[in-house]
Formats: sequence, structure tokens, C-alpha cells
Amino acid sequence: MDALILSRMQFAANISFHILFPSITIALCWFLLFFRLRFIQTREPAWEEAYYFWTKVFALSFALGVVSGIVMSFQFGTNWPGFMEKTGNISGPLLGYEVLTAFFLEASFLGIMLFGRGRVSERVHLLATALVALGTTLSAFWILSLNSWLQTPAGFEIVNGQFIPTDWWAVVFNPSFPYRFAHKLLASALTASFLIAGLCAWQLLKGSATAGTHKAMRAAIVAAAVAMPLQFLAGDLHGLNTLKHQPAKIAAMEGIWDTEKGAPLTLFGIPDEAAGTTHYALKIPRLASLVLTHDLNGEVQGIHDFKDAHPPVAPVFWGFRVMVGVGSLMLLVAWFSVWRLWRQRRRGAAEGHAPWPRPWLWVLAGMTFSGWLATLSGWYVTEIGRQPFMVYGLLRTSELATHTAPPMIALTLAAYLVVYGLLLVTYVGVLKYMAEHPVQHAPSPTHGAELGKAGV
Amino acid sequence: MDTSWAHLLPLIFLAVMGLALLAYVVLDGYDLGVGLLLPLADDAQKDTMIASIGPFWDANETWLVLGVGVLLVAFPFAHGLVLQALYLPVALMLIGLILRGVAFDFRVKAPPVWKPFWNRAFFGGSLLASTAQGWMLGSYITGFDNGPLGLGFSLGIALTLPAAYVLLGAGWLIMKTGGVLQERAVHWARRVLWPMGAALVAISAATPLVNPAVVDKWFGVPEVFALMPIPLSCALAFFAVRWVVTHPGAVKAGHGWVVFAATVLIFVLAFFGLAYSIFPDIVIGRMTVWEAAIGTGSLTVVFIGVAITLPMIIVYTIYMYRVFWGKARALSYS
Ligand code: HDD
Ligand code: HEM
Ligand code: HEM
Repeated sequence: MDALILSRMQFAANISFHILFPSITIALCWFLLFFRLRFIQTREPAWEEAYYFWTKVFALSFALGVVSGIVMSFQFGTNWPGFMEKTGNISGPLLGYEVLTAFFLEASFLGIMLFGRGRVSERVHLLATALVALGTTLSAFWILSLNSWLQTPAGFEIVNGQFIPTDWWAVVFNPSFPYRFAHKLLASALTASFLIAGLCAWQLLKGSATAGTHKAMRAAIVAAAVAMPLQFLAGDLHGLNTLKHQPAKIAAMEGIWDTEKGAPLTLFGIPDEAAGTTHYALKIPRLASLVLTHDLNGEVQGIHDFKDAHPPVAPVFWGFRVMVGVGSLMLLVAWFSVWRLWRQRRRGAAEGHAPWPRPWLWVLAGMTFSGWLATLSGWYVTEIGRQPFMVYGLLRTSELATHTAPPMIALTLAAYLVVYGLLLVTYVGVLKYMAEHPVQHAPSPTHGAELGKAGV
Repeated sequence: MDTSWAHLLPLIFLAVMGLALLAYVVLDGYDLGVGLLLPLADDAQKDTMIASIGPFWDANETWLVLGVGVLLVAFPFAHGLVLQALYLPVALMLIGLILRGVAFDFRVKAPPVWKPFWNRAFFGGSLLASTAQGWMLGSYITGFDNGPLGLGFSLGIALTLPAAYVLLGAGWLIMKTGGVLQERAVHWARRVLWPMGAALVAISAATPLVNPAVVDKWFGVPEVFALMPIPLSCALAFFAVRWVVTHPGAVKAGHGWVVFAATVLIFVLAFFGLAYSIFPDIVIGRMTVWEAAIGTGSLTVVFIGVAITLPMIIVYTIYMYRVFWGKARALSYS
């Protein structure tokens, strides 16, 4: 294998591992803020319990996000030196703003959020939590702006082979950015919601639930039920925007080989690039045209129109189906759960004790990491769909690989994979352990005397 | 002298990068040092040691991200060159930082039987990261020379830097803990002091060998007199540490902070000495600051961000250290 393939694999492995944790932390932190606010409003210990349990999960996920993120910040230099040399004038400032505005904010106030409760007033502590939440969201803002710029470059000119910015507003708010940012934040909300609901269901199944479990579960289910239809909407708009700017990606997602009017929607099938067709395709007539152009007879471009400039079809095709499949499942599960909550409330059952049937708890527990699956497949659609370009339409990935010797890359790749594999197993194992032993992790009651230290 | 904006701007970024890396070495240095000392302590002391760095380590590591970030953002041409040359040590350092970072959480959140394992991972990660950093520094100073002399020099620094981190870590523990642990920290500092000092002198003596350009810069007249304060202050700081750790009463009398402060001073002086030796190159003998920088337009955009946010970052970093001022308490979320 050559340096290019290995570099791609290493980059993909690292970022795939990294994104698992931001996907949780970005939204989980807003959940924590909500739990905290509810506690301050109601002074119900259950909210406090929910806060403490999920703070631990947050701290753990955040630590994994940080260490894998530090790896990411070296990846561009070690694996794609040409990338920064050509696009440095644009990607540099965007990455720089991420470090300056987001990373220090979240890293500094995280300490106070996690360990500072006895040392600062309740208000300062709440503020620290809010600032960490803001930091994670800002971080997503900048990095997604950069990623979107690679997909839909705007606001630049090319001078001596280098991309030079001419209009920063157009660079930051490039055409696909608003859609990607919205879609990603919703994806994060869903990932965190299903994680919370899944672990809470696990606690109910294992008899280790606390009063906080019910509060957290309800909040997560309601959030998921609201976020999922919005995600359908955002995804649809995102796709329409992609059709405008990256038609080859859409052709691969839909498995459309030849340009046609009134194109059918392929539900399933086995795309075969060599033969230029999809085997065993299950099609619904005209639906692709309807979805993509909102017209039954609209024209959709096929892959054969993009010689040499289209992505590998199968991973994009499958990635898209996995994402949408998981999304549809999420919608069903979230809505059914909300319906049960609503019914229970109408019947006036004892507050806080939702009568979840056990099989349903198993379904929720089974969905614990569904957000990861959808998120990763979504990113694979996006990133593989961008190939063979690094900067869409302008700069090919193959022009930019490192000159490092392939065995060296292979060696470090193997090391990363081993470490990541172990960490992933441990992370999931520790979450399970924490859910089953919440008592050890219960908060000690707050003492009024502890509050108000360090003034402000 | 050229004082145009286009000429000055890369210098400003060089200063920002240098300060970020210095801040990183000092700040993460003490927490890596505490990690290196971990196996020497008993179980309860281990918890206190980790509690003393718990709230800080994430922010400390962010200085590395800033340092590398500035290298990436402002000097992309050097970034690729340096990081490709240091491919392996960078990967080892990252794996070390990963192990250590996750061990913070796993050691208390995983089932208790695993705690010894994660304590060892904490130590192992700290060791891997600090030796890799030393190696990188050495290799960088030799201009990525892979001959026997270059490798020997890199190896020397790979052993010295962890020793210096240990001293820093011990100094931190002297300030942040009390009782038996504090006494042990004094003992550790005493043990590591001489080997570190000797190694530091050896490295300084070897630097002109691996990098001849240094000779002219340091040993010309009048440079040699102007630069004398650097080694002299280093020696002074060294003996200040020695005095405190060899006089049992000194720490009790409240002079314990001297160990940490004097070690930081040694780091700062070594840093400026090194910066002086290298300037204006960014990759020694191959690329100057100006050759490595991106366009003035983009640098100005980042400069605005730096000018606004860096002071804010410094303010809230100081605030955070104030919140956790004083002796470390058991880490708890409540
Ligand atoms: C959509 C969100 C997102 C995406 C696509 C990325 N990151 Fe990230 N990153 C975050 C969202 C995030 C975060 C939410 O801000 C993190 C994750 C969890 C956390 O602890 O902070 C973080 C942490 C994090 C850190 C540690 C910061 C610290 O010390 O606090 C670094 C250095 C990076 N990331 C770097 C990168 C790079 C170079 C990426 C791209 C190639 C990247 N991240 C993709
Ligand atoms: C966070 C979720 C992300 C995932 C899961 C992801 C996944 C991937 C994958 C699978 C590849 C390899 C594609 C291939 O070679 O076929 C890739 C390449 C790449 N991605 Fe991403 N990516 C993510 C985010 C980002 C972001 C935020 C950026 C930039 C700011 C980025 C920049 C790149 C670059 C530069 C490459 C290498 C060149 C290329 O293959 O196009 N990615 N990514
Ligand atoms: C069910 C309806 C959904 C639709 C119609 C949809 C649509 C899309 C489309 C068209 C893209 C590719 C955009 C491009 O690269 O140009 C995409 C990417 C992505 N999707 Fe979805 N999606 C859906 C559900 C989900 C769900 C449930 C999640 C996660 C929980 C998710 C997470 C992602 C992520 C992380 C990306 C990559 C980042 C991005 O480009 O936004 N999607 N989605």
C-alpha cells in the first residue's frame, strides 16, 4: 500500500474515533445545563442526581474527546502537509479561531464545572457550565465551517496554486455550512438523547435506577422526539443544497448511473461500479426526481456524467441508507416513547415512574449508541462523497499526501488502532459499570456554607 | 531594520508560538512530572497527587494545541517539514498523552480492580509523552540529523527533559500538598536535582558540537558578556532549589514555592537561550521565519483574533488558578 492510501486510512481512523466523543459532548453539556437549571428552579434532589450522574459521563467523554482531538491537530501536518501549504491561508485562520475562541474556553471552565463546586458560588458554577457548552458548540462552528469550505469552496482566488481568501464572510458562511452546522448539531442532540435514554433504560432493567434516572430519561425522550423530525427537514434541505453544488455526490448517494428525467428512487440494491449498474435494485418510480427536484419529471444527473470526478459509489450509497435507516428508527422509537409518556401522564400515574414495558426498555437500551452509527455513516457519505477531491472540484486528494515512508505510517496506524480499540471497549464497559453502580456516584448533598466562596 | 507590517507579523507569531510552547512545557511539565512520580507514592497519596492536577491538565494541554496550531496556521511550510521529520516521536507522544488523559477518568470510574492498571497507564503515558518530547526537541536542535552524534544528542535530551519535569512536578507537589506527601516530594526533588543539573550542563556543552552556528552566536565578543546572565541565573536558580530541598526547615518556613519557581526560571532561561541560538531560522539551517509564513492578509486576520482572545485566555487561566488556589483537596464533583 502506498503513502496516500495509508494516510487516508490513518486520518479516517483518527477522525472517526474523535468524532464519537464530540457528538456526545456537544449536546450533553446543554442537557447538563438544563438539569442544573431545573434543580435551581425546583430544588428537587432528583434533578441534582441526574446532573451528577451525567456530569461523570460527560467528564469521561470529554477526556476522550480531548486526547483524540490533540491527535487530530497533528494529523494535518503529519499526513497532509500539502493541504496546509495550499489551503493554509484559509484553513489556518479557521483552525486558529477554533483554538482561540473554543478550546481554551471549554478546557479552562471545565475544571471549574467539574471540581469547582465547593469553591465558587452557585451562579459562577452555572456560568462555567454554560461557557463549556458554548465552547463545544463554537468549536463545532469553526471546524464545520472549514469542512464545509472544502465541500463548497467560496470567497477565494487561486494565486500560484494557493488559495487566497478574498471575502471572509463568504468563506465562513460558505454555501453548505448552514445546513451542515444545523444537521450536525441535531445529530449531536440525537446522539446524546439516545445515549441518555439507553443508559437510563439499562438502569431500569438492572434495577439500579435512581430518581434522577426518570428525569433524565424523560428529558432525553422529549428532546429526541423534537429533534428527529427537524433532522429529517434539515437533511432534506442539506441534500437539495448538495445537489446544487456536488451533483456527483448525490448521484452516488442515490445510485443513479445515467442522467434521466423522472428518476426512480432506489431503496436497496448492490451498486456495481465496474458494470455501471445497481444489481437487484428495489426502485420506486419517479421518487428520486420528486425528492431531489420536487418535480415528478425533474432531471437528475447520473454518475456517468462525471468521468474521473465521481466518488466510489458503494460506500456513499450504503452510508446514506444506514444513516436514513437509523434516523427513521429513531423517529419511531422517540415518538412511541413520547406517546407512552403522554398516556401515562393523562392517566395520572405516580409522577416520575413511567410504566415502561420491559421489551421497550430493551429497545431503548439497544438504541444507546445508534447516534454513533448514524453520525459516522453520515460523515462517510459526506467525506467519501467529496472524493477524489480535497477541495471540491479544485484540488485532488492524490496531490497532497505525505512523503513519510509507508511502513512508518502503517506502524503508527496499527498502534492507533490498537489503542482506540481498547479505549472504545473500556469506555462502553465503564459506562455500563457506572450505570449499574450509580450509588457510588451519587452526589453528597450541598451545604449552604460551601456556596459563595471565591465571591464573584 | 525592516519594520514593515509584513516583516513584523511573522515575528509576532513566532513570539506567540514560542510563548505557547513555553507555557506548555512549564504547565504540562508539572503535571507530566507528577505522573512520573506516581509509582513512588502509596495509594492515598496517588489520589492526592492526581487531585492536585485534575482541574488543570486539560487547559495545560491546550497550550500544546495552540503552539502546534500557530505552527500550522502561521508557518504551514515549516509545519509539514517538522512534523514529517518527527513522525514517529509525535505518534509516540500522542499515544502517551492519550493513555494519560484517559487514565485520569478511568482510574476512578472503572471497576476498582482496574485501578492499579490505570495508575500504571498514567505513569506509562507520562513517561512516553515526556521522553518523546525530549527526543523531538533534541532532534529539532540538531536539524534532524540522523547521524550517531545527532541521535546521541537527541537521546540525551530525551532523558533530561523527563528529569526536569520530575523536578517541576515535585516542586508543584511541595506547593499543593502537605504532611508526609510534601516531605516525600522534597525528597524526590533532592534525588533528581543533581542528575538533572549535570545533564543540563552536558547538553549545553554539546549544543555547539551538533550545531556549529551556535558557536558564533554565543562565544563572540561582546556577545559572550551580554549573555553571561543566562548561565549565571540558571546556576543561581539551581542552588536556590538545592538550598530549599536540603534544609528541612525551609519548606516548613513557607519557602517551598522556591523549588517550583526556580525550576520554572531554569526552563524560561533555557528557552530564551535556545530561541536566541536559532533565530531567525524556524527550521535550523533550512528555513527562516519569513519563508515559512503564510500571506500577510491571512496572518492579519488571525492576528486580530489573537490580540482579542489571548489576553482573555490569560485572564481566565489566572482566574482558574485562583479558584483552585491553596492545598489540593480530594477531587469530587460536589
Ligand atoms: C462537530 C464537531 C467537531 C469536529 C468535526 C471536530 N472536533 Fe475536535 N473537538 C470538538 C468538536 C469537533 C469538541 C466538541 O469541541 C471537543 C470534543 C469533545 C471535547 O472534549 O471537545 C473537541 C476537542 C478537540 C481538541 C482538544 C481541545 C481541548 O484541549 O479542549 C482538539 C485539538 C481538536 N478537537 C481538534 C480537531 C481537529 C483538528 C478536527 C478536524 C479535523 C476536529 N477536532 C474535528
Ligand atoms: C468529524 C467527522 C469526520 C469524519 C468521520 C471524517 C471521515 C473522513 C474519511 C472517512 C476520510 C477518508 C476519505 C477517503 O479517503 O476516501 C476523510 C478524509 C479527510 N477529511 Fe474528513 N471526516 C470528518 C471531519 C472532517 C473535518 C472536520 C475536516 C476538516 C476540517 C476533514 C478533512 C478531511 C481531510 C483533509 C481528509 C483527507 C483528504 C481526503 O481524503 O479528502 N474531515 N475524512
Ligand atoms: C433521516 C433523515 C436524514 C436525511 C435526509 C439526511 C441527509 C443527509 C445528507 C444529504 C447528508 C450529506 C450532505 C453532504 O455531504 O452534502 C448528510 C450527512 C450527515 N448526516 Fe444525515 N440525514 C438524515 C438523518 C441523520 C441522522 C439521524 C444523523 C445522526 C444522528 C445524521 C448525521 C449526519 C452527519 C453527521 C452527516 C455528515 C455531516 C454533514 O454533512 O452534515 N443524519 N445527511
